[in-house]
Amino acid sequence: MKPAPFDYYDPDSVEEVLDLLQQYGDDAKILAGGQSLGPLLNMRLSTPQIIVDLNRVADLEYYKSDGTGLRVGAMTRQSTLEDDTNLRTTQPILAASIPYIGHRSIRNRGTVGGSVAHADPAAEWPAIMLALDGTILIRNTTGTRTVDASDFYISALTTDLKPDEILVEIQLPNWVKTSGWSFIEFSRRHGDFAILGVATYLTIENRRCTKSRIAIIGGGPIPIRTSKAESMLIGETISDELLKDVSEQASKELDTDSDMHASADYRRYLASVLVSSALQEAAARAGESGGQ
Amino acid sequence: MKTEHSKGIGESIKRLEDKRFLQGQGHYIDDLQLPDMLHAAVLRSPYAHATITNIDVNFALEQPGVVTILTFADLHSVKPIPIRLNPYGSLEPFLQYPLANNRVRYVGDPVALIIAHSRYQAEDVLENIVVQYDPLPVNIDAEDKVSCPLHHDAKDNVASNFVQQKGDVVAAFRKAEHITKLRFTSGRHSGVPLETRGLIANYDATQEKLKVWGPTKVTHFNRGVLAHMLDMEEHTIGMIEPDVGGGFGVRGEFYPEDYLIPYAALMLKRPVKWIEDRLENLMACNHSREQIYEMEMALKKDGTILGIKVLLSNDQGGYIRTHGIIVPELSAAIFPGPYHIPNYRCEVRSVLTNKTPAGTYRAPGRYECNTSRERLLDLAASELMIDPVKIRSMNLIQPEDMPYEVGTESLGEDIVYDSGDYPFALQEVVRLSKYEENRHINHNNLSNKKVGYGIACFVEKTGLGPFEGARIEIDQTGAITVSTGAANVGQGLETTLAQIASSVLTVSPDSIQVLHGDTDLIPYGVGSFASRATVMAGSAVYYAAQKIRKKLLKIAAHTLNCQVEQLIISDGDICVTDHQDKRLTLAQVAQQSSPRNCPPDIEPGLDFTHYFRCNQMTFAHGATIVKVEIDITTCAIVPKHVWIVYDIGKAINPQMVKGQIEGGAVQGLGGALLEEFKYDPSGQLTSGSFVDYLLPTATETPFLESKRLDRSPSTLNPIQVKGAGECGIAGMGGALANAVADALGDSGSNVNVLPITPEKVWQWLTPMQDKTN
Amino acid sequence: MVQDTTNNSRLIKLTVNGVLYERKVEPRVTLVDFIRGELGITGTHVGCEHGVCGACTVIFDGQPIRSCIMLAVQADSHSVQTVESMSSGEQLHPIQQAFWENFGLQCGFCTPGFLLTVQDLLSRNPDPTDTEIREELSGNICRCTGYQSIIAAVKQAAIYMRQE
Repeated sequence: MKPAPFDYYDPDSVEEVLDLLQQYGDDAKILAGGQSLGPLLNMRLSTPQIIVDLNRVADLEYYKSDGTGLRVGAMTRQSTLEDDTNLRTTQPILAASIPYIGHRSIRNRGTVGGSVAHADPAAEWPAIMLALDGTILIRNTTGTRTVDASDFYISALTTDLKPDEILVEIQLPNWVKTSGWSFIEFSRRHGDFAILGVATYLTIENRRCTKSRIAIIGGGPIPIRTSKAESMLIGETISDELLKDVSEQASKELDTDSDMHASADYRRYLASVLVSSALQEAAARAGESGGQ
Repeated sequence: MKTEHSKGIGESIKRLEDKRFLQGQGHYIDDLQLPDMLHAAVLRSPYAHATITNIDVNFALEQPGVVTILTFADLHSVKPIPIRLNPYGSLEPFLQYPLANNRVRYVGDPVALIIAHSRYQAEDVLENIVVQYDPLPVNIDAEDKVSCPLHHDAKDNVASNFVQQKGDVVAAFRKAEHITKLRFTSGRHSGVPLETRGLIANYDATQEKLKVWGPTKVTHFNRGVLAHMLDMEEHTIGMIEPDVGGGFGVRGEFYPEDYLIPYAALMLKRPVKWIEDRLENLMACNHSREQIYEMEMALKKDGTILGIKVLLSNDQGGYIRTHGIIVPELSAAIFPGPYHIPNYRCEVRSVLTNKTPAGTYRAPGRYECNTSRERLLDLAASELMIDPVKIRSMNLIQPEDMPYEVGTESLGEDIVYDSGDYPFALQEVVRLSKYEENRHINHNNLSNKKVGYGIACFVEKTGLGPFEGARIEIDQTGAITVSTGAANVGQGLETTLAQIASSVLTVSPDSIQVLHGDTDLIPYGVGSFASRATVMAGSAVYYAAQKIRKKLLKIAAHTLNCQVEQLIISDGDICVTDHQDKRLTLAQVAQQSSPRNCPPDIEPGLDFTHYFRCNQMTFAHGATIVKVEIDITTCAIVPKHVWIVYDIGKAINPQMVKGQIEGGAVQGLGGALLEEFKYDPSGQLTSGSFVDYLLPTATETPFLESKRLDRSPSTLNPIQVKGAGECGIAGMGGALANAVADALGDSGSNVNVLPITPEKVWQWLTPMQDKTN
Repeated sequence: MVQDTTNNSRLIKLTVNGVLYERKVEPRVTLVDFIRGELGITGTHVGCEHGVCGACTVIFDGQPIRSCIMLAVQADSHSVQTVESMSSGEQLHPIQQAFWENFGLQCGFCTPGFLLTVQDLLSRNPDPTDTEIREELSGNICRCTGYQSIIAAVKQAAIYMRQE
């Protein structure tokens, strides 16, 4: 299990990275934290001709909160965010999800940008981006553009990123104090990719739900939101009957096939159970923060 | 020599091998490098069953760094790999050649060997060898009776079909007041040591000797196999065991690479290294455990067992390997377990399939049969509305029945339990777990968390013969060295044998060096398997140490001019009981026993070898209880607590024994809940990496509580020990399956398979129509 | 160790256990293969080569990482510590001592990865609970011990470290 040969570049500025991508296009593969790409290289499931390593681009390793929300540079390590206890109040769902990403030694190396761009439907970051209406800042040699997370994931392991572009930053809006949230994963071992996971986000005003997000981990070939189920909550008062209907609807919106870890039927079943628990928890939290 | 106070048998001294391991100073096979060394990679079949119509290596040979490529056609007078245990001639058509000869029979079957200047380069070449495969029908079902025969010389895929029986089962079923039936399937999993296999072979021209580093478990036997396959004299081969990262039965058997790497080294007259990578390991190293039990049990209404009928299908994979059919034979022989089963019949069908060949893994054949039998007992108990403890208690073999002839046989021996108080072990584990008090607490409540308790009783065969040897020598400086043919696969053999020798010689164990697993150390050796090393090698060390002690005292008495009876050994010195100032160090005695100084009427030298011989196995036993919690919404299964009570006679080092119990228990938990080699219909292994083959970690492991009984010391060896290595794992499958069944209440009777996954629990809990809605 | 067939080796400088090394290395060579094969520092072990088992854990710029899924060239001008850095001469590190006293190892193959993981855990959390210990260790696989003795060793090590 040794990687096939490749040419290796480790520039120290975004501009140089973009020049290399301009030059090599599809032949180049970006190496961020390497926690997914590393195994793929070793198994020769990925055999790029050229690797462009971002690890020396210091400009991409930062995170900051400003008036609009949280901005995280692509090369920020998961453990950096994990260790910031402030995030538990300013971005509670994000803080809750990070410990589920592999293990500490994975999070020390793994990056936010890498996880968002790798687009693994079983990973945490894509679901967080969907649940929180995150946006993605993208650059190429000609300029920058932003994409909503909901438009970013196109098909299995494929995103809106073009071969000459890189993801430079992700942005999460400011946390709304009257909102509630929940993050639940179900896996057979601690730290594994989830068989199914759910990230929920609810805003409740005057006892009625004004905003709802249900993002599913492991629900299909791409990270998804169950938008029909979400819309069933809008304007409604949360009740057990409603949550039952919503979670059943959510499970129907999965685009899942059977694989060696679980059958499609069991995943759907898990989705209904977990969505129901996650919405209950989110509603309770919204209540605690004054939404009711 | 005068280090800490002498500690002998029964003390939990810190392990002697640990200091080097803790400091990263162990010498595992991949830590060794020889000058001018080449590296190997194996090209493996991507097909489960196919004819090879052509292999073209020409382009591959031109690639950078490639030294040579070997296919079947290049191997001179190659022979199939022979069977080590019970080599029945009828199995010969099913043996594996080191490289595939025109046909591949599982994904991973070796097709070619590449030798290059680095492993990186060797792997580069794998895709440049052009092999044309013509696919054949694939059989992945051991119960499929009309499948395409895998082997040319065989009429079908049944490698072996035999019966073990006692009494009159037909009559027993005629008298039955109740019959319980169960079909139970044990999933395919295996030992999966954390260190993969590896070898270095080199031809040493100065010694005219082929040296092989990396063998373990049965080095002397494997030297014989290699000599036979290479047409060499055995003494021209030396096998050296390095530090070994776990054995568990799978490691150290003679595999295709154990021939290929020495062959290449001989051919090239250069050192060749091969380190198995993890993806290879999961498809190339022996699998185990895949068996189906069709069981029927005849009982009286009160729960007394009258007889059991079993039809056992054993999925052997693509070839018969070194274990022959020993795994299903052991299953059939030990199925009755600790119970008195007056009438018993087990028919075994061992069937070839297009999967990785199967062999032994810790408690081979017994993990499976114990699990199946214990599930059958619980099912009968629930059908007859008898408590699980009671149905066991009333059928257990009683201590006064010892020695007890089971009426079955394995490894050419009648199964005779030598000693043990089986009912006491069950009582103890029931008491320890507070089973009676706790079992019913959580039943019938409305919580989503359902708690269940499961019991399994077991007997473990240990101390397999026929012999093991130990040599002890004391050199001129007083240094003591013990050499043996047994192997250290990570279990702590060095400490165990040093403790035994130190107890006889009343010296500190850390003053004793233990050498093992090197064929040049001692002419005869058997090895480390079947929980035999402490029993057999330990007994040999004991006797050899007795001999050397006797001689030490004789020479000391001569030197000190006193009687042997007046001498004691204290703190490594030999002194006269009443005159502690009259003393000799071991070094002084050693010098007095040199040919220069030794009295003429005494043979010089302090060097004794003893071969301990015993053809009867000694049987350990015990009982396991597991508590699980099942979340009936997600169907998550959480083991909460494990209690194991076991009797292995005397323990040399109780903490090390405890480690064997705990390690085995967690492997047993892995096989029951997590680990499974899965195949798709085309014979592709779909759980071929550590992402998909799930080994238990610290978070999946509950608290384990174990208690060692000391009620049945073995009478078959001088140190009164039985093997400990397989007691922890033996009952885990049954106890876990029964605990899940208990937690599931009315749906519990569905529990009929390992591993038990959350999805299976969901299926058992959910009637068919609900799932499709 | 690894002959360069692609002709794109580069010179790297890195510190391993306080010693500065300067070597030419092909970019595809993993960090663990470099440390073991090129530098001959073999205490770090290779268990799976796909980032699951934790045997290859080393400390990279002060933090544990998996050296089987990192490239040696990425360590250029960085610092690596392996298990060999823990003890000084015959004097075992308190974590090593605790593992020894608690029978926290059998075959020893996974042990270096566990020791470094525990060192990092105790530096961030000097008095971890059982649950915290289990969760932190869940990225390291031990096939021999069943983990009970390892957890006991971690608790003992925590006491030793707090006493220091």
